[in-house]
Amino acid sequence: MATAENPKYKVIGTRPIRHDGADKVTGRARYGADIQLSGMLYGAMLRSPHAHANIKSIDTSKAEALPGVRAVATSADLPEQGDRVVELGEGAANMRHLTANVLARGKVLYRGHSIAAVAADNIHIAEEAIKLIEVEYELLPPVMDVVGAMAENAPVLNDDIRTESVGSAPPAKDSKPTNVAKHFLFEKGDVAAGFAEADIIVEREFDTAMVHQGYIEPHNATVLWNTDGKLTVWISTQGSFTVRQQTAELLKIPISNVKVIPTEIGGGFGGKISVYLPPVAAVLSKKTGRPVKLVMSRTNVFEATGPTPGSHMKVKLGATKDGKLVAGEAWIAFEAGAYTGSPIGPACMCVFACYDLPHGRVEGFDVCVNKPRTNAYRAPGSTHVAFATETLVNEICEKIDVDPAEFRINNAAKEGVRRVDGPVYARVGMVETVEAIKNSEHYKTALEGKYRGRGIASGFWFNCGLKSAASATVNPDGTVSLLEGSTDIGGSRTGIAMQLAEALGITAEEVIPAVGDTDSVGYCDVTGGSRVTFATGIAAIEAAKDIQRQLVDRAAMIWEVDSSHVSYSDGGVHGPDGKQLSFKEMAAKLHGTGGAVIGRGTSSEATQGGAFGTHCVDVEVDVDLGKVQILRYTAAQDAGTAIHPSYVEGQMQGGAVQGIGWALNEEYWYDEQGEMRNSTYLDYRIPTCYDVPMIDTIIVEVPDPQHPYGVRGVGEVPICPPPAAIANAIYDAVGVRMHDLPMSPPKLLAEILKK
Amino acid sequence: MSAKRVVTFTVNGDQVEILCEPRQSLLEVLRDDLDLTGTKEGCSNGNCGACTVIMDGRPVVSCLVLAVEAEGAELRTIEGVACGSTLDEVQAAFLEGAALQCGICTPGIIVQTEALLEENPNPTEDDVRFYLAGNLCRCTGYDKIVRAVQAAAEKRQVAASN
Ligand code: FES
Ligand code: FES
Repeated sequence: MATAENPKYKVIGTRPIRHDGADKVTGRARYGADIQLSGMLYGAMLRSPHAHANIKSIDTSKAEALPGVRAVATSADLPEQGDRVVELGEGAANMRHLTANVLARGKVLYRGHSIAAVAADNIHIAEEAIKLIEVEYELLPPVMDVVGAMAENAPVLNDDIRTESVGSAPPAKDSKPTNVAKHFLFEKGDVAAGFAEADIIVEREFDTAMVHQGYIEPHNATVLWNTDGKLTVWISTQGSFTVRQQTAELLKIPISNVKVIPTEIGGGFGGKISVYLPPVAAVLSKKTGRPVKLVMSRTNVFEATGPTPGSHMKVKLGATKDGKLVAGEAWIAFEAGAYTGSPIGPACMCVFACYDLPHGRVEGFDVCVNKPRTNAYRAPGSTHVAFATETLVNEICEKIDVDPAEFRINNAAKEGVRRVDGPVYARVGMVETVEAIKNSEHYKTALEGKYRGRGIASGFWFNCGLKSAASATVNPDGTVSLLEGSTDIGGSRTGIAMQLAEALGITAEEVIPAVGDTDSVGYCDVTGGSRVTFATGIAAIEAAKDIQRQLVDRAAMIWEVDSSHVSYSDGGVHGPDGKQLSFKEMAAKLHGTGGAVIGRGTSSEATQGGAFGTHCVDVEVDVDLGKVQILRYTAAQDAGTAIHPSYVEGQMQGGAVQGIGWALNEEYWYDEQGEMRNSTYLDYRIPTCYDVPMIDTIIVEVPDPQHPYGVRGVGEVPICPPPAAIANAIYDAVGVRMHDLPMSPPKLLAEILKK
Repeated sequence: MSAKRVVTFTVNGDQVEILCEPRQSLLEVLRDDLDLTGTKEGCSNGNCGACTVIMDGRPVVSCLVLAVEAEGAELRTIEGVACGSTLDEVQAAFLEGAALQCGICTPGIIVQTEALLEENPNPTEDDVRFYLAGNLCRCTGYDKIVRAVQAAAEKRQVAASN
């Protein structure tokens, strides 16, 4: 059935029931922690109570002596890595840091840093044994604040980190170690000249707290190290191939010795790419000859996985009084956590990405502090900088008395505009998303009431291309079994199956998609960067074309004509003299015409066209409590072409609500000793059902020319606008500008009282 | 470690008898001893609702119930929601309304919804949001969940009046 919105397509734009749906509403779907194997042992890990300390000694003898304990492991059981830097499919990683993050080597760098692991007959024995391990620490002063960590005399976390300036010569090996691991600088035009043209300049400093992706399913891994030296890893991950590679590199064994079987996954948002547990479970399995399962507690997840950084930013924007942006400057420092690797690079590229900015300068720093090593979180880095830029834009609009939607349209990034970091946009939909908000019922309806206000903000994410693979086997009954390697976190296997169906002219229900393990499917990069529906979609379309070619050859054989006289269209093959056979009829003839037809497809696009979103929010502020209530919310986003509109809306709604949590509640709370004081869901408060209203969505479709059907990734953009939109709404409601996330009741109340 | 105890209860209508340690939670016993892994663990301290089951007609977070406390209880888990091979209205509404993404919260939310509709067959949006406030979902933003719950309520009412 063609939809009214997209009569061009038969399958794309419809809303079929997802293929894995029945399993997921009946409890039958198996997630990582659901794996049960015969002879399986349960593991537990000892973690550092200190934020910064040298490990003087570890004595595991009492733990080993406890009945029911089968093995104990420390970093001594993992191979030395030396100075290797390895490309891991999610960027290059320093293997020495990676292995020390898995099991501390001589030093702990954050509270929760893992030190040792136990495998035992059940989880209770393992947890008891952990308490029997004796560790002697030499305490060091913790460095918890990003600006403090950059100071000349700050305690240094890693003695092998020296500032790498991206694009410059590597730092001298004998230079002094520092906490500033990376420095970025991007420039466009002449910033001084640009600001000289400005009639109005606003410059503000911003802070944002460290936040967690907050997926409901804790990290897990079950590993069997078999007697033939082969490992099998069952894990919920965003990328089975990166788990394979990280595990192999950490254990220094060939990747072909590791098979990763991805289970269903309970959320990731960028946090389930790094490997924490598999090498540890592997070592315990090797020692015992039995499969070992490790599952993190919620507190472990908060303290010891990869949240996204807190930041300190100074951003400056200049505009003319008739509403033209002329120059921008940004200084951004991100908490890398214990080891380098925060998303500071993308942050620098995103800070002015929504605008056509003639002159710009952006400087960024990746700074080590005694917190867990940070990771991606949905449009990594972009939400931080959108908070800064988008509140400044509204401040300018207020000062020159221009409608903020109008201002955004007039200054929007569009085709041909060069970003400060270099790339030139192809066709993009920033203008269209702002127009969608401007024309929305929401924006056009006046908001009434005391202490109520409205705000808008925009956001950008690149969307990745990267590598994907798929294979598709035609079944004799006219269905197709599709195998792909992108782990499915939110319905993507259906989105990919729909593209294959569209290309073959069959229904979505006639495709049976499955996510394969690393031995059964071609290499796929991670489910991240809003890439799967785009890139694995292209691979599936390529597989469909491969099937078409093979069916054309088969039909030519049946009709005894040259295959150049046969073509595939409208769900079947067509030959001379009006000869035709439907896909289903051809499928029925497979066995008589040479056996199986298997299509294969790959994709390897450097990048996608980029996507924009604009949100509008109404709030009410309780001026006695400083509490913000979200009254109404509308999100508009360019999806290129929406394959399954329900799941596009779902991404927009989920991203918006995560952004609301980031804006109003969520933050890591550390005390001076570097202990996280809110490492439960009760205290690290993510939005509940009762905190938010319905999230209205407007899907804008400006097709990406790089994809056969025009798909743009949709997962990440929607988290970017909410903090700034809400900050702008708060200003509209009570006249205070917030520059610090989260805008929690105590902070907002303090600002209100200052007035 | 104190001695193991025999505990008897019914799960989804089946009588079960298990030997468990007093420290084992109901969640652990359901998942590890009975292989009813549809009930999920998100926090093990009562904050996320992923482990929700119905115990003697009341929704409880099974991570905060000791297995020994379930002696004599009647339990209903996600595995007992569908009627044989037919989904019930709530499950069907979740699929039709795309009310799940990763699906890890879904069993807990469906079970909690069953309890809600039992108490209040025609809940308002506010009723739904209040009743589900203990069930965290990080993926959906709750919009489609709330709509699915209301759609299921409506379907069930129509079915009941026919
Ligand atoms: S696991 Fe029981 S409430 Fe979270
Ligand atoms: S669907 Fe993922 S947590 Fe709810």
